[in-house]
Amino acid sequence: MTEKIQLAHGGGGLLSSQLIEKEIVSRFGDGPLRNLPDAAELPEIKGKVIFSTDSYVVNPIEFAGGNIGNLAVHGTVNDISVAGGKPLWLSLALILEEGLPLSVLRRILDTIKQSIDECNVRIVTGDTKVVSKGQCDGIYINTAGVGEAFESFQLDKTKIIPGDCVLVNGTIGDHGMAVLAAREGIDIENGPESDTASVHKLVEIASEYGSEVRFMRDPTRGGVAAVLNEIASGTKIGFQLESDKIPLSSGTQSISEILGIDILSVACEGRMLLICSKEVANDILKEWKQIPEGRGATVIGEAIDNPERVLISTLTGGSRLVDVPQGELLPRIC
Amino acid sequence: MMKYIDDFRNPKAAAYITKEIAGLAQRLAEAGKTANIMEVCGSHTMAIGRYAIREVLPSNVNLISGPGCPVCVTDSGYIDAAVKLAEKGVIIATFGDMINVPGSETTLAKCRSNGASIEVLYSPLGTIDLAKKYPDKEIVFLAIGFETTTAPLMGLLNILEKQNIKNISLLTSFKLIPPALDALTSDPELNVDAFLCPAHVSAVIGANAYEPFVEKYHIPCVIASFEPVDILLGLMAIMRQLVDKTAFVENLYKRIVTSEGNIKAQQVINKYLEVYDPAWRGIGCIPKSGLKIREEYSKFDAAVRFGVEVVNGKPNLACLCGDVLKGKMLPSGCPLFAKKCNPLNPIGPCMVSAEGSCAAFYKYSR
Repeated sequence: MTEKIQLAHGGGGLLSSQLIEKEIVSRFGDGPLRNLPDAAELPEIKGKVIFSTDSYVVNPIEFAGGNIGNLAVHGTVNDISVAGGKPLWLSLALILEEGLPLSVLRRILDTIKQSIDECNVRIVTGDTKVVSKGQCDGIYINTAGVGEAFESFQLDKTKIIPGDCVLVNGTIGDHGMAVLAAREGIDIENGPESDTASVHKLVEIASEYGSEVRFMRDPTRGGVAAVLNEIASGTKIGFQLESDKIPLSSGTQSISEILGIDILSVACEGRMLLICSKEVANDILKEWKQIPEGRGATVIGEAIDNPERVLISTLTGGSRLVDVPQGELLPRIC
Repeated sequence: MMKYIDDFRNPKAAAYITKEIAGLAQRLAEAGKTANIMEVCGSHTMAIGRYAIREVLPSNVNLISGPGCPVCVTDSGYIDAAVKLAEKGVIIATFGDMINVPGSETTLAKCRSNGASIEVLYSPLGTIDLAKKYPDKEIVFLAIGFETTTAPLMGLLNILEKQNIKNISLLTSFKLIPPALDALTSDPELNVDAFLCPAHVSAVIGANAYEPFVEKYHIPCVIASFEPVDILLGLMAIMRQLVDKTAFVENLYKRIVTSEGNIKAQQVINKYLEVYDPAWRGIGCIPKSGLKIREEYSKFDAAVRFGVEVVNGKPNLACLCGDVLKGKMLPSGCPLFAKKCNPLNPIGPCMVSAEGSCAAFYKYSR
């Protein structure tokens, strides 16, 4: 019979400590986590501290291109990165449902391990709880993270001026569509694959351009549409996007056509939008394209002198509004 | 499939056709005429907004959005009935866009927060999975729509009969497009010169279904699909008919629509359903414009099965959706538009569904 998570795995007794020792410490116990302190003591850092937290409840927990584990690492790493920070330390809190196969947990922990190594961050504190069957959906994860601010950035959306370029590092909407396809059992050839990945290296490259980089965000829930509207809101600028410049993967495009979903509103988990002066846009693009995370990078539009409005040109030669999705388009996407 | 999309979204083709339309419009303008073209289908309305087609048309070509969003024309009394059913403990299964439609007092989304079982499905066949998962529960599917949705739902009834599945029924509000066209055209206040006819409805009813209507009113009817080049081609064909002062049914969606339509779909619709006189939200009663479940199949009729009556709801008097649905004004002409009435707090039917004229206008052209 397959080994499964039992309530006692979270009870603080023998089963608990076995689980933590075998599955957690074996993977993450090489640093401050070694002796399982309740709180981590961390070395001093030079610059400003950037701190972020996020909970992950994606359904299903495994999908084409990733699982809840790498999502939980990338999500928090990316939040710190686009705030202008170099991510350093993460906490990892697991809420497990009784009956979760141990093999699934192991797969998720393996991806977490792989992702933190790729992101060059450490898990320094954590927690594991188990709830009765039916009280959560397999596994929920919370990660919080601390990063050190790059001194060179002066990120401020009110400094965006007309003519500034909007950059994205690859195809959009892949994560949301991959999760939806997995959830709804839409199995098509060359279907969408989640783009879940870290953007920290892209941010590090951008940090060389200092104040020429005006603002950065990761287009997660609500997608590019929500993020650009949010950036424009309360400022004197708007954005004009070019529909034929938006990078799209064919799998994502197929699913969005079948279901009638606007890809601009669909979540990405490995993408970032960067707004910078026209002067440095091509240099950043050139550098980005040299690393895998930035291979599909391109300019998708520019800031315009039209306060708080986000527009997109269409193939008929007209231009239309890019609206914010009203409610949650796809629940439990991350 | 991608090839289809690329070809029908070719910017060069779009530019060429737009130029042709401008030439035809010029000839109408020289005769002192404008072209008022109604697109009946909600998917056309959305595509026209999404591709900013209105923006590239000459000033004497007006696109008017008709009553072609099934959610929008569903009376608020229907939502009230669905809410009553949910409160009785049945599982309500529905397409997602019904969730936030306001009834007289509440929405299904609010009911769900209060503990009602409401399942959003992408296909009506999902009801069968639900029925098997919850064999002791009753499942009611919110079966609204035009001919396009009606046909597959009757296919579902066929499966239920064959597989002897007993815990699924439908709360129906099926509407028919041709009687609506007739009612709109005979309205003396309305000034429509031509119809851009729906694509998928036509796939079911066939191009011939518009012949009696064209003969009666001498008004061009052109069937086109939803891609931007399809829509522009449809508009060009309409302009040509208007310039030539002729009127006939023109089928530009031959890759899907035949003259007779989908006979099998028509047969299954006729087997289970019969014509009646329903209320259209914002418009009122249109004779013979709806379909309801025949008495011999009333076991599939949730209203009969659970003794719930669909009573027509009260319209908000300040709302001008009736005028918008009839094409008398653009959504922006209504004083409530984008102020009191918006997608988060829809007052009128045209704002409630993503495909409603006001919602499309709000989304793309505000």
